[in-house]
Amino acid sequence: MTTATDVIHDHHDHIPTGIKRWLFTTNHKDIGTLYLWFAFIMFLTGGSMAMVIRAELFQPGLQFINPDFFNQMTTVHGLIMVFGAVMPAFTGLANWMIPLMIGAPDMALPRLNNWSFWILPFAFSILLMSFFLGGAPNFGWTFYAPLSTTYSNGSTAFFVFAVHIMGISSIMGAINVIVTIMNMRAPGMTYMKMPLFVWTFFITAYLLIAVMPVLAGLVTMLLTDTYFGTSFFSASGGGDPVLFQHIFWFFGHPEVYIMILPAFGIVSTTIPAFSRKKLFGYSSMVYATSSIAFLSFIVWAHHMFTTGMPLVGELFFMYCTMLIAVPTGVKVFNWMATMWRGSISFEVPMMFSIAFVILFTIGGFSGLMLAMAPVDFQYHDTYFVVAHFHYVLVTGSLFSIFAAAYYWLPKWTGHMFNETLAKTHFWCSLVSVNLLFFPMHFLGLAGMPRRIPDYALQFADFNMWVSIGGFAFGLSQFIFLAVVIKCIRGGEKAPDKPWDGAEGLEWTVPSPAPYHTFSTPPKID
Amino acid sequence: MQTPENKKTKKVVSKLMFIVIAMFGFGFAMVPLYDVFCDITGLNGKTATEAAQVNQAGIDITREVKVQFISHAAKDMPWQFRPEVAEIMVRPGETKIVKFYAKNESSVQMVGQSVPSVAPGRAASYFKKIECFCFEQQTLEGQEEVLMPLQFYIDPELPADVMTLTLSYTLYDVTTKIESYAAAL
Repeated sequence: MTTATDVIHDHHDHIPTGIKRWLFTTNHKDIGTLYLWFAFIMFLTGGSMAMVIRAELFQPGLQFINPDFFNQMTTVHGLIMVFGAVMPAFTGLANWMIPLMIGAPDMALPRLNNWSFWILPFAFSILLMSFFLGGAPNFGWTFYAPLSTTYSNGSTAFFVFAVHIMGISSIMGAINVIVTIMNMRAPGMTYMKMPLFVWTFFITAYLLIAVMPVLAGLVTMLLTDTYFGTSFFSASGGGDPVLFQHIFWFFGHPEVYIMILPAFGIVSTTIPAFSRKKLFGYSSMVYATSSIAFLSFIVWAHHMFTTGMPLVGELFFMYCTMLIAVPTGVKVFNWMATMWRGSISFEVPMMFSIAFVILFTIGGFSGLMLAMAPVDFQYHDTYFVVAHFHYVLVTGSLFSIFAAAYYWLPKWTGHMFNETLAKTHFWCSLVSVNLLFFPMHFLGLAGMPRRIPDYALQFADFNMWVSIGGFAFGLSQFIFLAVVIKCIRGGEKAPDKPWDGAEGLEWTVPSPAPYHTFSTPPKID
Repeated sequence: MQTPENKKTKKVVSKLMFIVIAMFGFGFAMVPLYDVFCDITGLNGKTATEAAQVNQAGIDITREVKVQFISHAAKDMPWQFRPEVAEIMVRPGETKIVKFYAKNESSVQMVGQSVPSVAPGRAASYFKKIECFCFEQQTLEGQEEVLMPLQFYIDPELPADVMTLTLSYTLYDVTTKIESYAAAL
């Protein structure tokens, strides 16, 4: 406690107040906070689009919106949740926690950090503006050519520039993370002593640097195909639309691991803390994460089994994909082994983490089913796929973000959150999310295609359940908002280390974490 | 002020920027790489764009394969376009001629370009076209009609398990592309 208050006095720097504090800030904690709030606002924006989708699908037939607007809803919902909610939330956590965890005073490139956040609102303004300027993108978040070129409703330019800005922001954020981790670790903190949370963000940042430029190249080709007469993806000029899918998924598959590896890092932090044991198999976790990252580059065509690939190709991508189950299995095993014979207590972050392990594994299993080329012909483009990726992204990534938020809220705000309210949030989310996504498996197996505003009558009952689950899940998130606001405003004073089993440097600084921490690096033994 | 810290940071940042630029380039490099890869494997069903030599290898009289013809005009292409026959049986090595009918339904002169594709993709390199209207563009006056020949044979080396080949043509309107090309000259 004493060291940190001394640190504040050493600096004597002037902290601007009001809006200027946030606009000009180069402080990693401020920028982390900005990222997290931005992600939450985007989460509600994308979520409200999901509510429109579920309202339309509550009953068969067209009720509220026309098919074109429905397509805009599914497209922009996907884009916002991927690029606006999950990725910025993880970047926010990285900003807040990595310097605290490695004993660094700030991120390595603070001004770049400010810029990489502040261009994001512009990217999403451009994307959302398109709703009022002739219609938003309606070609799916995967923007396959020729849907996004020949058949576009004129929103392609908005989409392309928005994605460019998001990409630049992600790349700058990733560079910052890597430089910070490589150069600013406290003396004595070797790579294999870093918290696993830091390791997963380190590997994720490399994935971002490798694939976001490919996405930038792809949308540039899309732009010139649509507006400047090139023929990268148009057969009339000698191009090939299937090439689009290869480039897209070369980016897209590593991208899905960008959204799940940090989640692995989070639960590898929370589960040991509430089991009061060291993480089981730390080094195997590091190697498993690295091998998942490596494998993500050679499995992309499993999204394209039905494009008429040669048999050899289908087999190669099928086996490589199934290979990913091995390192992932190592991880799930290690989490369970960490809990085994631990003295477990069920605080809210732990509840979300355990739910993560179980529900993410369900998502992993349906992924394994989709990886089998022969059966994928049946599952392709059905609600089974929708069920799969929502299990890994909502009950996977999103639940881990909730776990992280509850775990570090006392450190961020200096107050304990309202446990009863937080538990209500957990149970409401858990029940509704399963009602929302589990029946989608059955719908998909029965043959209901994804991305349609209307469906055959036999799917009616399941869709009604799914919609009810969807509305309940959406409403439950306001409980989370209430918990966070209450926690910021006040509550029981949080000690430096509110969780008795927690480990790591972030718990050696006071709660709330002072504006400047670790100006003198801590000693690691 | 150049502290050792700053120097270390700059070094890592420039290495990372190099990766970023290289991967941006790699995205574009995938375009020609894909073409080469498809040429070797026949992955995307593209056939040769140059005329093949007349068959020298003789005729495989032990089997017959079915060749199907599909055609359609692209979006905003106001031409009728169809094969005269839907399918024929050929012995590998045997030279055949089929004709495709096209009519410009608009009232102005237009230029069309047909793009072929063969399914299954791995049979594409065995589909040898000696003469094809797809090697050149067709200029038709308003309401003009034409019969366009395709002369081809199937390479006798065709794998034995391929019983059916489907040749699909898509007809595109390239009038404006030709004009802008001419204007650029």
